[in-house]
Amino acid sequence: MDTLLPIIYLIAALGFILAIKWMNHPATARRGVIIGEIGMLLAVIGTLLRSEVVEYQWVLLALAIGSAIGAPLAYLMPMTSVPQLTALSHAFGALASALIGTAEFYKNSPTGFTMGALSMETLLGFLTTTASIIAFGKLQEILPTRPLTYKGQNFVSLTVLAAAIVVAGMMVTGQTAPWMFPTFTVLSLLFGILLVAPIGGADMPTVIALLNSSAGVAAAAMGFVLDNRLLIIAGSLNGAAGLLLSIIMCKAMNRSFTNVLFGAFGQVQTGGGGAAPRPVRSATPEEAASILDSASSVIIIPGYGMAVAQAQHKIREVFDILSKRGVNVRFAIHPVAGRMPGHMNVLLAEADIPYDKLLEMDEINQDFPMTDVALVVGANDVVNPLARSPQDSPIQGMPILDADKARTVMVIKRSMNPGFAGIDNEIYYMDKTLMLFGDAKGFTASIAKELTATH
Amino acid sequence: MVHNYEFGLYVFMLAALLGFELVKRVSPLLHTPLMSLSNAISAIAVVGAILLTGEKDATRLTRILGFVALIAATINVVAGYLITDRMLKMFRKREDEK
Repeated sequence: MDTLLPIIYLIAALGFILAIKWMNHPATARRGVIIGEIGMLLAVIGTLLRSEVVEYQWVLLALAIGSAIGAPLAYLMPMTSVPQLTALSHAFGALASALIGTAEFYKNSPTGFTMGALSMETLLGFLTTTASIIAFGKLQEILPTRPLTYKGQNFVSLTVLAAAIVVAGMMVTGQTAPWMFPTFTVLSLLFGILLVAPIGGADMPTVIALLNSSAGVAAAAMGFVLDNRLLIIAGSLNGAAGLLLSIIMCKAMNRSFTNVLFGAFGQVQTGGGGAAPRPVRSATPEEAASILDSASSVIIIPGYGMAVAQAQHKIREVFDILSKRGVNVRFAIHPVAGRMPGHMNVLLAEADIPYDKLLEMDEINQDFPMTDVALVVGANDVVNPLARSPQDSPIQGMPILDADKARTVMVIKRSMNPGFAGIDNEIYYMDKTLMLFGDAKGFTASIAKELTATH
Repeated sequence: MVHNYEFGLYVFMLAALLGFELVKRVSPLLHTPLMSLSNAISAIAVVGAILLTGEKDATRLTRILGFVALIAATINVVAGYLITDRMLKMFRKREDEK
């Protein structure tokens, strides 16, 4: 059996590569999941059959407990909680890597290259665990979503990281004082907390993608420790995927990693109450419905506010009514809308909106000037025209959806409070803008009711 | 003679570059399921956890660490694949199922 094992692992690795490859299109994506599952199943069965695995009762018990927790988690969580579940999932995977690294350390007390890889595995594993738990807390709103900051914060965080690296370096060079590994563990866990605590809720897409990447690199490092190629391949695929997603997120905000991680972005709420309120035009659901009814093209721009209000199903009703009357209704999705990459797409797909109506920024931006109505639901900074101005602002140079170029702009919003970047949005004050004040779900429901009543 | 870790580094480099190229082609539509799928794949740590837990002469410490790690990795695998599939089921073209 042990001679067959390399072949089983090779097929498993192929399965993982194909799984990622087939994710490129919705038509093949589910096939990708199946081939990925087969790869994982092969890897697990192959490992169970290895001659050194004998204590089956423990293994099977752990597999049973893990499945009993994992399956309900995946099926019972509502779709709006996908970012939280993903954060939690990262925490579990990273914790596994870190604990395995710890066990390997006490079993073999390695030095040199292996210890270097082991340090990487446990450092990333432990920091990703605590960082993901903090991210989970913020997404679930158990913890405050605003950045938690104090003076000299970045200095403290980086000192903790540096200290962990120094201790790791000492262990790599063969020093073996008993205090070292536990200290290293505590420093790694602590750094994870310090890293994510000062990051605000709307920066979670970048953070989750980065934690996704680091969990993958931890698994790849474990592959070096165990001298297992399958782990290296699976881990580095995940590491690359997460890193690329976080780069895409940063580009979509015109910000750097350093700015996201250490900038404590969105903590200052400037101009909230000081300036006198500027006049805006507002409208009732009836007026909004009649404008939509007479439009021939509508673009809906969803944001995190839609997810919070769970308004996607009511939006689908409006979409259905208008589409049936021949109105061309489409959705414009900004890359950082929501709390994780692709968050809006999942929610709208859940509400049964066909995916060919969900368009990304580059595909739809040139259509705004020919569009009758741009309907903004719970989005703010991603449609702020200030981003285009050379004037210095937190969102300067950020690519935005050109909602302000549509003939009429309607914005569903609770109040005039600024968005995550803490700045005012010019789009609210334009002559062609109508503010629809209210809860996104309630307001969309009223629009749907009015639309049905008029025919 | 090529050292094992040297060989491993080549594998790492090539797999990471392949990962970049493949993920670049993934439609932004599917970025959330992509993340949960790649996370489920990296739960391959389950292999290391099985080896530790199932070992004949494991010490009490490594057995306990392995056992907990195996539970955590299994949660990651099971939840990761199931939620990915649950999400992908929702992506439909117009009137597909009617």
